[in-house]
Amino acid sequence: MEWLIALVIGVLTSTGVYLTLRARTFPVVLGLTLLAYGVNVFLFAMGRLTIGYPAVIDAAAEAYSDPLPQALVLTAIVIAFGMTAFLIVLSLKVRHELGNDHVDGLHQSNDEPTLQKNKQHKPSHSVSSNSEQGRN
Amino acid sequence: MTLLTSNLPIIALLPFVAAIFAAWAARLNRFAAAWVAAATTILALAFLAPSMAAVFAGETIIQSWAWIPTIGLEFAFRLDGLALLFATLILGIGLLIIIYARYYLSAKDCMGRFFAYLLMFMGSMLGIVLSENIIQLVIFWELTSLTSFLLISYWQHRKDAREGAMMALVITGGGGLALLAAVLILGNIVGSYNLSDVLTAGELIRAHPLYIPILILFLIGVFTKSAQFPFHFWLPHAMAAPTPVSAYLHSATMVKAGIFLLARFFPVFSGTPEWSWLVGGAGLITLLLGAYVALFKHDIKGLLAYSTISHLGLITLLFGFGTHLAAVAAIFHIINHATFKASLFMVAGIIDHETGTRDMRRLNGLLKYMPHTAVLAMIAAAAMAGVPLLNGFLSKEMFFEQALIYADANPLVWMVPILVTVAAVFSVAYSLRFIHDIFFNGEPVDLPKTPHEPPRFMKIPVDILVILCLAVGILPMFTVAPILAVAVAGTLQTTPPEYSLAIWHGFNLPLMMSFIALALGALVYIFRKRLFIWHEEKIAHWDARIIYHFILNSIRKLATGITRAFDKGSLQNALAWIITAAMFAGIVGFMSFSAPLFGQRELMPVDGVSVLAAFILIIASIMTVVFHRQRLISIVMVGVVGLIVALIFVKFSAPDLALTQLSVEIVTIVLLLLALYFLPQTSPKEIARLRISRDAVIALLSGGGVMVLVMAVLSRDFAPISDFFLTNSVPGGGGSNVVNVILVDFRGTDTLGEIVVLALAGLGIYALLQGVKLHAPMHNPTGLVWDSDRHPQIMQTLTRLLFPLMLMVAAFIFIRGHNLPGGGFIAGLVAAAALIVQYLANGLAWTEQRLKFDMLWLIGGGLLLATLTGVVSMGLGYPFLTTTFTYITWPVVGKFEVASAIAFDLGVFLVVVGATVMSLVQLGKLSNPAHQQNKSQQQDKSQSQGGAK
Repeated sequence: MEWLIALVIGVLTSTGVYLTLRARTFPVVLGLTLLAYGVNVFLFAMGRLTIGYPAVIDAAAEAYSDPLPQALVLTAIVIAFGMTAFLIVLSLKVRHELGNDHVDGLHQSNDEPTLQKNKQHKPSHSVSSNSEQGRN
Repeated sequence: MTLLTSNLPIIALLPFVAAIFAAWAARLNRFAAAWVAAATTILALAFLAPSMAAVFAGETIIQSWAWIPTIGLEFAFRLDGLALLFATLILGIGLLIIIYARYYLSAKDCMGRFFAYLLMFMGSMLGIVLSENIIQLVIFWELTSLTSFLLISYWQHRKDAREGAMMALVITGGGGLALLAAVLILGNIVGSYNLSDVLTAGELIRAHPLYIPILILFLIGVFTKSAQFPFHFWLPHAMAAPTPVSAYLHSATMVKAGIFLLARFFPVFSGTPEWSWLVGGAGLITLLLGAYVALFKHDIKGLLAYSTISHLGLITLLFGFGTHLAAVAAIFHIINHATFKASLFMVAGIIDHETGTRDMRRLNGLLKYMPHTAVLAMIAAAAMAGVPLLNGFLSKEMFFEQALIYADANPLVWMVPILVTVAAVFSVAYSLRFIHDIFFNGEPVDLPKTPHEPPRFMKIPVDILVILCLAVGILPMFTVAPILAVAVAGTLQTTPPEYSLAIWHGFNLPLMMSFIALALGALVYIFRKRLFIWHEEKIAHWDARIIYHFILNSIRKLATGITRAFDKGSLQNALAWIITAAMFAGIVGFMSFSAPLFGQRELMPVDGVSVLAAFILIIASIMTVVFHRQRLISIVMVGVVGLIVALIFVKFSAPDLALTQLSVEIVTIVLLLLALYFLPQTSPKEIARLRISRDAVIALLSGGGVMVLVMAVLSRDFAPISDFFLTNSVPGGGGSNVVNVILVDFRGTDTLGEIVVLALAGLGIYALLQGVKLHAPMHNPTGLVWDSDRHPQIMQTLTRLLFPLMLMVAAFIFIRGHNLPGGGFIAGLVAAAALIVQYLANGLAWTEQRLKFDMLWLIGGGLLLATLTGVVSMGLGYPFLTTTFTYITWPVVGKFEVASAIAFDLGVFLVVVGATVMSLVQLGKLSNPAHQQNKSQQQDKSQSQGGAK
């Protein structure tokens, strides 16, 4: 079970980091959201995994899970929401002020193809194949 | 706390408080700021006066308060003879400067700013001389650097003022850092940061292997501040300041701070050959250099600046001799120099003020235009030259005598008496030039103004100082002797040696040296023309500023180079560096860890459902990445990830977390969807393969690293600190849900901090979206026009029915929170979701009509309530946020517990509701005008029900 949770945290971190490094604001916000999930589960797991013993005092309970990481993570979840909300609004404001959603405020980044204003959309398979490369 | 136990910090801090009033008072009346400043100075003197008697009786007054008791730091002040002398000089001369500046500044100059800066500077100086704690001393020391920067750059429109101020700040501020290092090592060796302990530990420090490094760091601090060679060059450039500032900074205060420190630490450091060579050497070079260059300056203030450098060198050299008698001479010269130099600077200011120039090639024969000022200037300059019957003569005699004694004792430096006589020759020459060139020597040349006597009150400060010069020079025993005696005792920390302040000691060698200096000085002045030409050709182009600029530019280039290498103005780049650096730190951590990577703890068995859930989470995460350019799909995928994370919390006994995660998830997804409406629906394709693969490598490595880290931790046992919480939750916090009790009780202050963050995020969003109008798309990415029916009837009806139910759930979760999973955070999120659903289903206008309160009030009220709960427990004598609880019996419900924590939790609840709803409603408000705009453009036929009006 520990390996499974470690794998989950690892995947959340990887995907979060990859998206955080993207050039447009929206994927960055998504990336930070994923990273926040990863961090929350990580912190939570530091109290070790316990099944079936919530930290609610009960005369019949044999053991309790560690309440301290839970308390930390509870506020962390809410703060992460506050951060996500602020970031997404910031990216809206940036779009309003600068007219684009690039993280550096560029209208045309040099690692993006020109003529992106085109309303026609590429066939989906080319999109996903490109992203596949990105993931490798 | 009577006045006599706390007057010292009041003296030092009063000017800082008064600075605010001075800045404010300047609005009322042009001269009000000066009145405030003068009143403050007099008040500070009045606070100082009651302590004087004790100091003259030989006591050292120490007043201290605990600062950081765990590491032995105290907020401590000290008044002994030396501190008293300096405090009196700072306040006394400060008062004269304030009177003078009131007339000096022109109508264009902002009075409030000037006097506010001056007061802050005065406070910093007082802080230095009155500090008992040496770290506190360094803080005030750096404050003088900062406030002198403000004063020197007072005429901000002038380039030379800005540059001069910058140079002074760089050099004295840098020296301050060296001093801080010295003080920290010193405190470490002595085991105390109290001056009293340091002063008695001289033996220990001088014998310590770190003595030389400490001494060098200390002296860098001293020499930069006191403009000693090779850091002397900032002082002439600081002359760009208004003359009252120069008069203050370079007579009694700023540059004397370094000298003060030499005197203060004299018992600690002095008496070694290293001290004599370093301090004496720098002093001698500075003495000669300053005296020589001063003669060739055509600017009056330039001449005075180099003369100041030279006299500071003289004092430093005296301290360098290291004997007690030399220290007496040094202290005496500090007093004398402060009086005659302050008056000379003021005279320079008067001349500048009344003639419009400070160039001595144009200023000639001013005697007949301003005879009163001329007499004052001549007496003060004569004191500077060391003419008998003036105070400068007495200390100079003592100086010559000490030089002779020192050379006698150290044959290696036999030429010291000759060199000091040479310096005295130049000192006489430039003093003569100051008198003769300005007040005699023909007629003025092409002056911008016709010179005349200044206003009476501009002369009065000079009158007072010149009278002091005469009084000390003629009757030293009746004027300066008492304060000198206590100051010397304070410096040496022992009984002062025998010395005589008499004017006449008979025909001896020091007297001969004085006469030689006077005679040769006159000769040098007479033959000055040839010397000037020679100087212009050979020497004048040497300027320490060139080296300074070279060093500064090299540092700047290096810093820019390093910055450029890492920061190319791209967030992606910067983030990649940060993540890589974090990863590298992690790798170093792993590498330097010798134990096996994984521990021996027994792992839990895996079950099928968990594998399935993990599999779904992993797939959803990967899909989020794969479809990150198709933004709507990626939001859905993130939602899936969030739900599985909630399930993880359920599985591993964290019901509170699961509830929180679930409700946050809903709100987050709604928020992202709302935002996406205004953002491009897709991201452009990326074609830089290199960047994509680089990011992929960074991502995979960091994921792998975190995974190994998690396993390294989870495979080991640990001793949690949570037993305390588990045992004390019910008896101490009155609740059986330990997570909630930790949040509202044990770690309540943390929670308070966290809701403040949340509140700030909400307010930030509110502020960011003020005045933003975004263009809303009329159709989705595939070209489909949005449905005009924004608020479908079925949804409206259903949500209205659900609303009370949801609020009831929120209330239920809130009330049971202390004992069962739930609490303010979760209840707040549920209530927020209930409100948001109403907004979504019924529209802003409909909801706002019925919900007549502002979310801003909710946030503020929540914060206030949470804080008040803490304050109330403080008021009852408990630590901040201590819970009290009691059980009451309700008729039907039965025994019920009421804890004060519930009020705190209610505050949390309110902030969460307020911040969450505000974030979403602010976003929703954006779409409202955008939609109306679209509608009018579309001329849509349907006047849909319930929509925005």
